[in-house]
Order: sequence, then C-alpha cells, then structure tokens
Amino acid sequence: MRPFTYERPADVRSAVAAAAGRPDAAYLGGGTNLVDLMRLGVATPRTLVDVTRISSRAIEETGGGLLIGAGVRNGDLAADPLVRRAQPLLARAVLEGASGQIRNMATVAGNLLQRTRCPYFQDVTKPCNKRLPGSGCPARTGDHRNLAILGHSEHCVATHPSDMAVALAALDALVHVEGPGGARTVPMPGLHRLPGDEPDRDTVLAPGELITAVEVPHLPFAARSRYRKVRDRASFAFAVVSVAAALDVAGGVVRDCRIALGGVAHAPWRAEAAEAALRGAAATPEEFARAADAELARSSPLPRNAFKAPLLRNVLVRTLTDLAEPAGFAESEPVETP
Amino acid sequence: MRVSLTVNGRHRTADDVWEGESLLYVLRERLGLPGSKNACEQGECGSCTVYLDGLPVCACLVAAGQAESREVRTVEGLAGDGRLDPVQEAFTECGAVQCGFCTPGLVVQAHDLLNRTPRPTDAQIREALAGNLCRCTGYEKILDAVRLAATRKAATP
Repeated sequence: MRPFTYERPADVRSAVAAAAGRPDAAYLGGGTNLVDLMRLGVATPRTLVDVTRISSRAIEETGGGLLIGAGVRNGDLAADPLVRRAQPLLARAVLEGASGQIRNMATVAGNLLQRTRCPYFQDVTKPCNKRLPGSGCPARTGDHRNLAILGHSEHCVATHPSDMAVALAALDALVHVEGPGGARTVPMPGLHRLPGDEPDRDTVLAPGELITAVEVPHLPFAARSRYRKVRDRASFAFAVVSVAAALDVAGGVVRDCRIALGGVAHAPWRAEAAEAALRGAAATPEEFARAADAELARSSPLPRNAFKAPLLRNVLVRTLTDLAEPAGFAESEPVETP
Repeated sequence: MRVSLTVNGRHRTADDVWEGESLLYVLRERLGLPGSKNACEQGECGSCTVYLDGLPVCACLVAAGQAESREVRTVEGLAGDGRLDPVQEAFTECGAVQCGFCTPGLVVQAHDLLNRTPRPTDAQIREALAGNLCRCTGYEKILDAVRLAATRKAATP
C-alpha cells in the first residue's frame, strides 16, 4: 500500500477544503471498497480525508420525499422503517448487495462511488484504460462474461457494481454534493457516466466534490415495486443482471412505470425505451416482452456475455408480470434478518 | 499515529500505528488479540469479523484511524464468567470446527444473528452467514451449531 497521510476534519467544509486542489486526495467513507483497492495498489491516494464522523447518518422525511445522509450505513438504510414504507424498492436493492458485515460498514455515498469489479481493473499487472488511461482494454477480447452489454465503448466494457444505485436511478434520486465551487445537486441517472473515451471517470463529480446526501422523491406507485437480481450464487455476489421496476397499472393498462437495469452497463441503466413502450400499453407479458426488446435493441453484447440479453429480457418480463399480478407480487420476498 | 479504542470493555492504546494498518492488524499484532483471523484481506471471507460499535464488520477493511475512540468486541470478548458463550459451546459440540480458521468470524456473526433474531429460520441463518467462508465443513455442521445455540439460548431466561 502506498503511504498516505490520514486526516479527520471536523466538518464538511473543512473536509472539502482539505481535498480542494489535491487530485491525489480521496474521501474515506466506510472504506469497504477503497481500503481494498488501496491494498491492491489500484487506488493510490496520498491523502485520505476520513468523512465517516462528519457525514450525516440521518434519514428524514421532507415535503417531497426522503433525505438520506451520505454517511447512513447500508444496513441501517435497508432496516429503516421510513425507507421500507416509502421506498421499499430501495430497501430491497440494498439488502441484495454485499454481506451483513459489509452493509454494516458501507455508506450510502461510498456505495454510489464504489469502483467496478472488472478483473482487469482490479489487477495492477494487467492493462486497463480505467485504471491507467491508454493502456488498453483486455476485457473486450478476454474475460468479459460479467461485463457490459449496453453503452460500452471500445475503451471500456466495465459494469457499475452497485445494487442500490440501480434502485436510485429508477426512483429519480438527486445526489447532493458539496465542493470547492459550492453546493449542487446531480440527478440520477446522470451521476454515473458511460465510459466513452474517458473510462477513468466513473462519475460527473469534479475533483474534491463530496456527496452529502441523497434525496429520493416520493413516488406513490413505488409501493408496488420490485428489485430482482440474478447472480452466480444465492447471496454475496454482484449482479449478472438486475432489474429495479415500479409499475402503475389501472384497468389493465400501464399508466406509468420506472425501470432501471443493473449489471449491464458502466452506469445504472435507466430503461427509457422500455418505459416509453410501456406507457399506455396493456399490462400483459406480451407487451412487457415488446418493451424489453425495445430496450435491448440498443444493446451490443460481447461474444462471451451475449447470454445476458435474453436473461435480462426474461428477468424484466417476469418482474413486470409479477408486479402486474396481485397474486404474484407477494411471493419471493428476499430473505432478511431484522 | 496513536489509536485509542475500547476493546472487550477495556481502554486500549496503540502507538506508532502506520496509517495503512487495518483494525485487524492493530488487534492481532499490537494488542495481542489473535482470535480474529487474517485470511482474504478483502472482506470476502469474514474470518476477521468483529463487533465495531455493536455491529459486526470485517476488521480487515477498517482503516486503523477509523477505529479511533470506538468500541470493539472480538471473539475473545464473547465468553464470560469462565464459561463459553452458547454459540461457542454449540460450535464445539456440533463439530462445526475443522481447521478452525473461519470459526472466530462465524462465531461472532452467529452471535450477532441470535441477538437480533433469537429463532432464525434456516434461510435467515444462511443469509446471515453469507459473508463467512468455510472451506472444510461444508456448512452443515455450522448450521447445526447455530440451530443448537438458538435452542439453548431460548431455553435460558
């Protein structure tokens, strides 16, 4: 691990000042990803600005939704009665990620800013355009079974690993940010970038910007929502594909919907084409399949992850069908401990 | 840097800690508590599970500075009054231990599960232990041990 200095500023303003103008500084939240990446030599900050004690751990009801502090632990977020009542999709997505030990340490902001688990990115002996711009992307012709099928570029086919971010992208969350240039909000989707020719930039955040909170606007029909994740083992694995969906059906017709996809792109992928195809359509498996196909028309799978396209289609159709069927909605709730 | 924290109810201080050290390293190498095990060092295996402010975490992923002024309880702190915790007793009785390397982490994680969910279903046990890898037992004896500990604890007021 490269030596670094460790700072524990007294408040958010001091933290931003400590990181301002120092591109080799990094904010430390729960550390469950950053400490690992530092040990692997993938992340090499010269300064760690520990924000765990100054990031808000509050979850508040605002007029229009929920305001979730950046320092709220993943486990606390998933267990919060307010979140479970108002945004069950979010609670479910968080519970589907990582293990109990990791959720007890990982924070909301850190979850959003975690890096890809692409095997080449995590191995400093291999080229990777995300870790070392210009060095190449061996994943395109190598091990890309679990990498992107949507929105990738010739420079990078990595996926964003967060489950929580997929739910937040479906729910039109707003990320509150404090930076050297002042405060601003960044909408989701929109926080995470597609790789293009700058795959080293995961997000649109400027150097030194610090996430302070995530605002989740109230969406009445999100009470009828589902996060469904397919992975290689039953627990503690990243998504092969995942679907976050909320459906508003009246008289057999889709009035409105929100759909975001995980495990398939460099960012949580808001399925705008599928949503557009569904609004006003009959709430039937045939129409759900048509919507899935509309989204997948934009996909460009690689040789060894082509299976993700039909898998995603099936998971999306099944999820929407469950949401449209009162009888189907209650089944297969995720296992959890209170 | 100096790191001061409470470990198993006692105030402890470690001096000359390098910033890159983990809480696990501080516990094992500086405070003489080798119960928590150092295995994968990336939060995958759970062998280093300890309570941090009452919640089980992977100590290998906690930077030493993050533990400053906080309260840690390790596997060494579970037994009391000269007697093993019911979870520890159940692990030994059920043969839920082979090489023993994963055991401290599993014991702490199972201890936390039974505190929050005294009568867990098998699915709840599996989910709670998903972050703890064992390469010897095949997990069946571990599940037996957690079930036995739950039964014993329920019978003890």
